Amino acid sequence: MLNVVMPLTLALLALAAIFSLVRVLRGPTVPDRVISLDLIGVLIVGLTVVTAAATGEHAFLDVAMVIALVSFVGTVAYARYVEREGRS
Amino acid sequence: MIAAIASVFFVAGATLALLAGIGVLRMPDVFTRMQASTKASTLGLGCLLAGLVLLRPDAWVVIRAISIAAFTMLTTSVGAHVIARAAALTGAPLWEGTRVDERPRDGGQP
Repeated sequence: MLNVVMPLTLALLALAAIFSLVRVLRGPTVPDRVISLDLIGVLIVGLTVVTAAATGEHAFLDVAMVIALVSFVGTVAYARYVEREGRS
Repeated sequence: MIAAIASVFFVAGATLALLAGIGVLRMPDVFTRMQASTKASTLGLGCLLAGLVLLRPDAWVVIRAISIAAFTMLTTSVGAHVIARAAALTGAPLWEGTRVDERPRDGGQP
């Protein structure tokens, strides 16, 4: 059962990442692109968690935690940049 | 049995993530897209982590799963607030069906 569910889960997450990548490319404003990149970061964390569950390699959870941390810092930095550019 | 419950959690989490992807692609303006995308990071990732904990009930895994879930739930709200503030300050266009716009007209601080 799990050998069917795991590829299905990974495929659904990858499809969601493709959809938000389309929004990154099309997005009319910069905040749209920042939101989509943030969603892609969350989806990568999800993919890493599913990979950890599928392979039993627990080191992937540390990877997921680091990606979550770095993605948040990146989002805040982008938002500050957008705010400053919009004012000047 | 445990594997079946874990599978349900995995499929539910991935479906929520897919719905967030569709929402980001199809919603009409920045703020509605934002509310679609933050569902994935709280509920979707929470379901995936619940499935992982059910599948591998190990103290090492449980501690990391709880800390990932807590950290994402804390940072998603802060990140969404910061992006929404930046979008409102730069005057991102709203959907034409919007009824109430409480952003100040004179360019003041929202």
